[in-house]
Amino acid sequence: MSQQGFRPQAFRDPAAAQRLIAAAKAAVRNPIAIMEFCGGHTHAIMRFGLRDALAPEVRLLSGPGCPVCVTDDADIDLAIALASQPGVTLATFGDMIRVPGTGGSLADARAQGASVEIVYSALDALDLARSQPGASVVMLGIGFETTAPTIAAAVRVAANEGLPNFSVLSLHKLTPPAMRAILDGGVLRVDGVLGPGHVTAITGSDAWRFLPERYGVPCAVSGFEPLDILLSVRDLAVALAEERPAVINAYRRSVTAQGNLVARQLMDEVFVLGDARWRGLGVIPASGLELAPAYAAYDARNRFAIELPPAGSGPHARGCRCGDVLRGVIAPPECPLFGRACTPAKPVGPCMVSAEGACAAYYRYGRSPS
Amino acid sequence: MGDTVLLAHGSGGLLARELLDDLFLRHLSDDELHALEDAAVLSPIDGRLALTTDSYVVQPLFFPGGDIGKLAVCGTVNDLAMRGAVPLYLTAGFILEEGLPMADLERVVVSMAATAREADVRIVAGDTKVVGRGAADRLFINTAGVGIVPPGIDISARNARPGDQILVSGAVGDHGLAIMTQRHGLRFESPIQSDCAPLSGLVQAMLAVCPGVHVLRDATRGGLAAVLNEIAGQSRVGITVHDEAIIVHEAVAAACEVLGLDPLYAANEGKLVAIVPPDAASTLLEVMRAHPLGAEATIIGEVQAPHPGAVVLRTAFGTQRLLDMPAGELLPRIC
Amino acid sequence: MCLAVPMRIESIEGTQALVDMGGVRREISLVLTPEAREGDYVLIHTGFAISVLDEQEAQETLALFAELEEASREMDRAEGREP
Repeated sequence: MSQQGFRPQAFRDPAAAQRLIAAAKAAVRNPIAIMEFCGGHTHAIMRFGLRDALAPEVRLLSGPGCPVCVTDDADIDLAIALASQPGVTLATFGDMIRVPGTGGSLADARAQGASVEIVYSALDALDLARSQPGASVVMLGIGFETTAPTIAAAVRVAANEGLPNFSVLSLHKLTPPAMRAILDGGVLRVDGVLGPGHVTAITGSDAWRFLPERYGVPCAVSGFEPLDILLSVRDLAVALAEERPAVINAYRRSVTAQGNLVARQLMDEVFVLGDARWRGLGVIPASGLELAPAYAAYDARNRFAIELPPAGSGPHARGCRCGDVLRGVIAPPECPLFGRACTPAKPVGPCMVSAEGACAAYYRYGRSPS
Repeated sequence: MGDTVLLAHGSGGLLARELLDDLFLRHLSDDELHALEDAAVLSPIDGRLALTTDSYVVQPLFFPGGDIGKLAVCGTVNDLAMRGAVPLYLTAGFILEEGLPMADLERVVVSMAATAREADVRIVAGDTKVVGRGAADRLFINTAGVGIVPPGIDISARNARPGDQILVSGAVGDHGLAIMTQRHGLRFESPIQSDCAPLSGLVQAMLAVCPGVHVLRDATRGGLAAVLNEIAGQSRVGITVHDEAIIVHEAVAAACEVLGLDPLYAANEGKLVAIVPPDAASTLLEVMRAHPLGAEATIIGEVQAPHPGAVVLRTAFGTQRLLDMPAGELLPRIC
Repeated sequence: MCLAVPMRIESIEGTQALVDMGGVRREISLVLTPEAREGDYVLIHTGFAISVLDEQEAQETLALFAELEEASREMDRAEGREP
């Protein structure tokens, strides 16, 4: 059985998808708006055409769940400034390479001579540091609760080893504060939330109880295959029809109520909470992760005194409306730059660069041939 | 000859001559090459000349299923074959970085010689330059290829017509993922091998039964998606392909899942896309499948008049989406 | 976020494991899932296992889909739509 239960294909059966779509629509009493918080969901929804399939009974809104997209210009500029320092090698996940700050991207910096290496894992960055004792390796820590524990693990390894030439630039952020900010903002009507399945594998589904308890909004924690998403949408439709807001774990094979306690403990040890600036949402208190004092030696912000070059004219100045897209206020095609000045080939803002940014997903999957 | 390439090996003196005799000419056996003239003078050609040029800069130099030398020969031969030309002659220009291990250079040249024999093509002219450390990434190869196009053959990216069928000679993504999984910082163990192969034999077999093939393209950088978009643009037609019909090997699909890549954008070095009149499609498919390099050939879609320049992908879900040109280099992602 | 894929643990050595999906293999860290055992399927994200997958739950979810199919067929029959 083991083979069958976990193959992605098992969760992509088109016939089952049709049944779930029908079931979801049948359960809806009045049209509902569901925010899919996670960029991975945006990507899958667009790739499999689920948005159109669920309309008009269910309207899917894209939320600020793309860690690349919500990274502020100043933070990107900082990463680029670090990478450009002589003797520094910036190790980064591939997602960040083309994201533009106010003066270009990491790819541009690399073309100018900055040392930038793409890694698959923070552990690879550690290997880089060990094999290049003459270079100072900085790991660019991007991502939410799914990724933060992996960076924490790497920091702890570095500390145990006393690795002298490794540090982390933490741009990690937490998802519940962003969700609160969206709902407190009151701009959007959100009837239900499609919860980020892999973040929740770490945080545990109990972490979303504030949604039904404080906001009266049901949350279905969802996996990323099309059947997972459709199942979650159906569960939300049923919960709304029955006026029964609750946290529904629709990704039970990966997610528990408590989450991954080992990972959470590691995060608590290596990081402390700080205020963080989110593109589109502004500064959200206690929404960012900084290296804890005990690990100050591995904090790139401590290690390097960076003088940021004067901010160039960033995406915002050019009319970029990523911020509004991230808050769900407008859909990507409503941005005046979409498809014209801003395309995946020449992106203005991060929502178009990131593979799971709402604009990129829309551009790739949402445009019709005509 | 020494263990490493030195600047002197490129300056035309004794060391350069030693490199030529002991390495290049030892493995590349063509008579014209061995004559060591300034230019090769070849027999007259009766027919239309096809001429192509390419440069090869792949890293790593050696990858599962091939190396830069094999790639250089196959790539050049395939460019000629995609116009229906029978490849005849190749040139090979090398730019070597000072410090390149001689053993690596030799391995590459041996591979080129073997691939040229397999592809039945002659390497008749060559050149070597050496640049200082850091001025080139180990080894670059530039080639030119000459072939002859038989009479009556007119194969062009402009020739796709509404109603044509679209065939692919096999599974996609193997080369791109073979390289990607060997990249420093991304290393995975996998059975994925580059599909690097010379396609002239397959093309000749196809043209023997259907000289009226409209378009042939090899799906190299940018993968299947890039090629389809180029053809749709140049022919000013719309293209629809069916996701379910495109074959992706299990390990390639798995590597794409793990790294967050789309196999439709990954490079191939031994696969062609053929756009053919509808009544020729099934015969061609049979001929392709009978050939070792076309065993997994399939029909993946059709050419239409509506939405000219656009490539539409129909999913197994019955939904459709635009299959765009790739935005830039293929990058792994974690989000 | 976030790309995490189910891979099978082929062998374990200390806190490292060799995992496999469709023939693609890599050494990853079990530091975040010390309870994982050989033969388990784990969700792999950036070279770490972040969760041990529950076979039972996976089966139950798949069974749900099958149930829906059965329910839908019954509806079709009731409404005279069955071929």
